[in-house]
Amino acid sequence: MSNVFILADFSGDKATKTTAELATAAARIGAVTAVVLAGAGKGAALAATVNQGPIASVLILESDDFAQYGVAASADALANLIKEKSPAAVLIASDAYGKEVAARIAVLTESGIITDAVDVAADVTATQLVFGGSTTVHSKVSHGTPIITVRPNSVEADFSASSPAIESATANIGDAAKKSKVSSSQPPVKGGRPELNEANIVVSGGRGTNGDFAVVEKFADELGAAVGASRAATDAGWYPHSHQVGQTGKSVSPQLYVACGISGAIQHRAGMQTSKTIIVVNKDPEAPLFDIADFGVIGDLFSVLPQATQGIHAKKS
Amino acid sequence: MKIAVCVKQVPDSWAEKKMVNGLLDRESVDAVLNDLDEYAVEEALRIAEAHGGNEEGGANTVTLISMGPDRATEAIRKALSMGANDAILITDAGLAGADALATSAVLSKVISDGGYEIVICGTESTDARMSVIPAMISARLGWAQLTFASKVAVDPAGSVSITRVTEAGVDEISAAFPCVISVVEKINEPRYPSFKGIMAAKKKTIEQKDLAAVGVSASSAWSQVNDATPRPARAAGVKVTDEGSGGTALVDFLAEKKLI
Repeated sequence: MSNVFILADFSGDKATKTTAELATAAARIGAVTAVVLAGAGKGAALAATVNQGPIASVLILESDDFAQYGVAASADALANLIKEKSPAAVLIASDAYGKEVAARIAVLTESGIITDAVDVAADVTATQLVFGGSTTVHSKVSHGTPIITVRPNSVEADFSASSPAIESATANIGDAAKKSKVSSSQPPVKGGRPELNEANIVVSGGRGTNGDFAVVEKFADELGAAVGASRAATDAGWYPHSHQVGQTGKSVSPQLYVACGISGAIQHRAGMQTSKTIIVVNKDPEAPLFDIADFGVIGDLFSVLPQATQGIHAKKS
Repeated sequence: MKIAVCVKQVPDSWAEKKMVNGLLDRESVDAVLNDLDEYAVEEALRIAEAHGGNEEGGANTVTLISMGPDRATEAIRKALSMGANDAILITDAGLAGADALATSAVLSKVISDGGYEIVICGTESTDARMSVIPAMISARLGWAQLTFASKVAVDPAGSVSITRVTEAGVDEISAAFPCVISVVEKINEPRYPSFKGIMAAKKKTIEQKDLAAVGVSASSAWSQVNDATPRPARAAGVKVTDEGSGGTALVDFLAEKKLI
C-alpha cells in the first residue's frame, strides 16, 4: 500500500482537528504518515498529541531553523523528505502558512499543486468550490507528487484514537531557505471563542449592528460560535479585520452560519455560501442574503438576538 | 532601488463567473486590475517616495510585471496612472491555461533578468485565490520570502523588515536584498489616480514580450480540471417577520434542525 504524507497541524503544542481531517482524507489514498516539524527536542511531545484519525506513523523532523527561518525552512525540509521517500501525495492545511509551504514544495519537487480542496478521493482527485462556492470543480495533479492543500472544516474527520509508530528523520535545510529571519513570533490573541475557519457555528454582524457587537457576541457565546463580520463592519472599525468573512476576508463553511444585519453583497456571499445551514436576521425584507437563507427573520437584531439567546439558554438549563 | 510589482488583470470580482472547457471564461466578463495588487503598487510607490522618489531623475524605479492577454494593458494603465514608471507584459498564446507553476516560472525569469532589489505582490488574485505566486517566485529565484506583510520598512542600504500577519499570529521578519514581499490589504490605502497621473500613464511604456523574448518555453499545466459544474442555487427557505417572537422562532428552527 502506498504511503501518503500529511503535514501535522498544531495550535500551540497540540495537534488540531485539522490534522485528523487531513489524515481522514489521506487514508483513502494510502497509509498515512503525519510529518511533525518541531524545534530541537520538542518533537516527541508534539508527536504524542497526534493521536486522532487514521494515522499509521508519525515522522518527526527537528530543527530550530523552522522557527528561525519560517515557511522557507519548513518547505525545504519537507521537499527533501518527499524527494527521498516519494509519497503518493502530500496533504497540507489550506491556511496562509500551509499554502506557502505547498507552493514552495511544488516548485522544489517539480510537482503539480491544488489548493483549497474541500475533499480528496482515493484516486487523488481533489474537489474544489470556486467562484465563491458557486461552482464545483474536480481536478487532478498530472506531474510529480500531488501537493494538495485541504480547507480546514471541510472533510468530516474520523476522530478515532490511533497509536501511530513514531520515527525520526534528519531535517535537511539548505542555505537558500535561510534568507529571511524571524526575530519574534507572537501567537494570535485568542478570546474564549473558536477560530473562524474551524468553527462549527459562525455568527456574523454587519452594518445593522451600528458598531455594537455585544448582542452578536452574546448570541455567539450561547451557541459556542465564532464571531465574524462583514467588510462594512470591519472597514468601519467596528470589529477586527481578522474576523472579516468574504471574498477579501476569510472563507468559512460551518454547519451553521447566522448573518445578523448583513445585507449580503456578492463579496460577502462568496465567503459563506457553502455553509450547511444559513440563518439571516435583517430589518430589511429586501436584503439579498434572504435569498440563500434556510431560515430568515425580518426584524431588528437588537430584539431578535437577545430573545434567541435567552431561548437557547432556557433550553440548555 | 529597482522595485518590481507583479500585477494581474482579473475578471471583476462583482461579476458572475463561469467555466468553459475547464478554464475560467475570461472573455465574457469585465476585466479589472486585481484589487489586492493595488496595495502592492501603493506600497512600492510609498517605499520609492520615502527614499528619493521615482520621478524622472529620482533614485528609484517602479516597474509593473504582468502576464496576460493584450487586454491586460487596461489594468496595467490603471497601475501606471497611480504612479509606476513602466511595465512589462508577457503575452503568448502558449500561456493560455497556464497554472501557477508556469506563471511563476515566467515571472521569475523576467524578474531575474530585470535586476530588481525588491519584488512586491498582493497576497492573492481575486480570481484564482491560490495565494502561492509570491512563495513560488521566492523559491524559484532563491530570494528571501517576506510575505503577508502588514508593515514594510526598507533600508535602501540593502535590507527589509516586515510584520507578517496571518491566522498563525504576528511575526517580525527581516532579510537582505533581493526579496519577494507580499502585502495584505490593511497595509495602506491605495491612492486614486490623479488626472495628471492618468494623462502621464498614456505616455508610459508597456513593453510587451512573448515567451521567446523572455527566454522560457511554454510548459503545460501540471494539474488538470476533470469537470466543473455550477452548484444548484440555494433556494430561500422559511422567512418570518418578527412581531415579538422572532427570536423564539429562530430557536425553534435551530432545535428542529438539531443544531442546538
